[in-house]
Amino acid sequence: MTFEYAPAPESRSIVSIKPKYGHFINGSFVAGKKHFPTINPATEEILSHIALGGTSDVDKAVMAAQKAYTKTWSKLSGKERGKYLYRIARILQERAREFAVLETLDNGKPIRETRDIDIPLVAAHFFYHAGWADKLDYAGLGHNPKAYGVAGQIIPWNFPLLMLAWKVAPALATGNTVVLKPAETTSLTALLFAEVCQQAELPDGVVNIVTGDGSTGSAIVNHPGIHKIAFTGSTEVGKKIARAIASTDKKATLELGGKGANIVFDDAPVDETVEGIVNGIFFNQGHVCCAGSRLIVQESIAEEIIEKLKVRMAKIRVGDPLDKNTDLGAINSKEQLIKIKELSAIGDAEGAERWSPQCDLSNKGFWFAPTIFTGVTQAHRIAQEEIFGPVLSVLTFRTPQEAMDKANNTPFGLSAGIWSEKGSRIFWASQHLKAGVIWANTFNKFDPASPFGGYKESGWGREGGKHGLAAYLKNGKETGAK
Amino acid sequence: MSFYGLVDGSEKSLIQYLDQLSGVDQVGAEARAAMLATRSIKTTSKKWAIETAISMVDLTTLEGADTPGKVRALCSKAVRPDPTDPTVPSVGAVCVYNDMVEIARTHLDAIGGEHVPVAAVSTAFPSGRASMEVKIQDTQDAINAGAGEIDMVIDRGAFLAGKYGLVFDEIVKIREVCGDKAHLKVIFETGELVTYDNVRKASFLAMLAGADFIKTSTGKVAPAATPPVVLVMLEAVRDFYAITQRRIGVKPAGGIRTTKDAIKQLVLVNETAGPEWLTPNLFRIGASALLNDLLMQRMKMSDGYYASPNYVTID
Repeated sequence: MTFEYAPAPESRSIVSIKPKYGHFINGSFVAGKKHFPTINPATEEILSHIALGGTSDVDKAVMAAQKAYTKTWSKLSGKERGKYLYRIARILQERAREFAVLETLDNGKPIRETRDIDIPLVAAHFFYHAGWADKLDYAGLGHNPKAYGVAGQIIPWNFPLLMLAWKVAPALATGNTVVLKPAETTSLTALLFAEVCQQAELPDGVVNIVTGDGSTGSAIVNHPGIHKIAFTGSTEVGKKIARAIASTDKKATLELGGKGANIVFDDAPVDETVEGIVNGIFFNQGHVCCAGSRLIVQESIAEEIIEKLKVRMAKIRVGDPLDKNTDLGAINSKEQLIKIKELSAIGDAEGAERWSPQCDLSNKGFWFAPTIFTGVTQAHRIAQEEIFGPVLSVLTFRTPQEAMDKANNTPFGLSAGIWSEKGSRIFWASQHLKAGVIWANTFNKFDPASPFGGYKESGWGREGGKHGLAAYLKNGKETGAK
Repeated sequence: MSFYGLVDGSEKSLIQYLDQLSGVDQVGAEARAAMLATRSIKTTSKKWAIETAISMVDLTTLEGADTPGKVRALCSKAVRPDPTDPTVPSVGAVCVYNDMVEIARTHLDAIGGEHVPVAAVSTAFPSGRASMEVKIQDTQDAINAGAGEIDMVIDRGAFLAGKYGLVFDEIVKIREVCGDKAHLKVIFETGELVTYDNVRKASFLAMLAGADFIKTSTGKVAPAATPPVVLVMLEAVRDFYAITQRRIGVKPAGGIRTTKDAIKQLVLVNETAGPEWLTPNLFRIGASALLNDLLMQRMKMSDGYYASPNYVTID
């Protein structure tokens, strides 16, 4: 017998999912008119029905947020706002297991990641911003910076609750109120967060959540009562938002797509680099805007790295996201799976060499084996377009400058990774890379104190850290944002 | 002389070889070990892991207060860890000081434990601070007394001073003394080498010099067999196998006291070197208290409840 790990499923009994959800407006749940199903992407089981928010729902939510802003939230001191944020953070920690299981059910990502990464980071974001609430005067953002009022926030499906935290925590800390729309396929943890707001006795209307699809998001973007838009999602939608608000005085931060370069020099620490490549592209099924989806490796060690990468990939455990030993979970939706398959087929057609380890994938649900394409060049579409799945394109370079040129030769500029044991080379490379986030000898590390955002078509503005606060304040000196 | 055709035994060739090894990133290695520690091993796989771990224990007593009586008791325990259940395998070896080898060997043979080897700690264990003549004599004594395995310590002072040739020569000489009579385990005392870069270098140095096993620690210095140290050594034996087609064993020792710790080690082996290493021929755990915790957990799995520690023999 060999060491086969027996199933170790996390119990789902800790969550109770209602058959149907409404919107969360002015501190209470209000019934929706139309509903659509939300499924577990690992099994296609219908988990619940989510309300499809229309213009009138958004209207009500914005009015509630405006009222809460003028009547209560703007009158509270930073210290008092901070207390609510601390309270929310503590409740999130107390209910961490519940959130982790629910996120895994709704999103398809492994419980190991929701338990060890998503939910702890969510709490960390609230704790971090709670600390800023009463110190905004001292954040170097000018004297007595002012909130915008109502912030409209639209978040994606890849890190549902974490993206909520990235948006809601700084908005509340800086004194704004919020109308938030979670992604169509992943609304459940946002709705559970609404319960946390109730539990924390957050004043009514400070956080409003309207569920729905693109039309709901559009209603938020175009609503005249909203002064600040924060969006995370595709570059395509980001451009639409930019156009929609072009003739208004709305401010916006946009976190959009990426095609992150993970650059490996010949003096890299090999085993940790291989881990970093795996973490860069297979973390969260590759549904990561800052994923290291392009491996740019020095030609002299490419063979060794690819060989070791394949050995390591064969050990990735793909399967039931609720199993504590699963490394790679389900693709979030059928639409996304189709997109990944299409772009991969283009990779084949363009002559790149595809490789995946042997994986037993379930017939039910949406699955895609971890995949690498070797022999990729800049001229391949899979080196240019965001696949947003567990698919890595491998390119090679000869000189450090060539690595920089290739890394920057994309319309995106969100993230990059540098692998080298030579400090001076790391500093040199980080000065030449046009990317908002650069990791050295690690990848996909997040911290609320660190600003996050992109160059070029990867977005406007920064979230997190002091920069992220500035994006929610009128006289905040923010770079890159409208 | 040629060592796997990779170095010629000169310090120059050795330094050249060790210098071209990839570095180890501390943060990354520790993160990988921490991630593997989250593996959840349940039911059938847990039962298998516990029994496998029992068969891998080098049951150890290395005290100034060791007596013939204590060593004989240890040997009895090693052969039949659970006297009420003959299906429990014998441990991997009994590990004692040099002067106790004969007592251990004689007693093991007398009680039907011919299959359990005696491992002797050697070369001026634990510090390694003695002349080469003394170290050779120490090893020869142990082999003459019936040791089937020699756990030698390297000269950490020489290693840290960069005298790799000296460390290498010592291992080669002890390897010659062992001949085909004894397996050679080379102890690094990773708590004194400190960096993972050093651990990786020492691993290759020992393997090139002819070690059958590389071992973390003496048990006398903390930290000892931490998961990232074992990870780095497992990566080294995996890489060495890819180059030479020879599998070298790994023995963590020191600080592994609970079943949970032991299972974490097996997970490291499984997902780093690979399942081929999950045998007592290629993986051992140097421990004393661990065995009883494994036995208690094994009983718990079959009975469904934790028995009093009095249901497990103390030695």
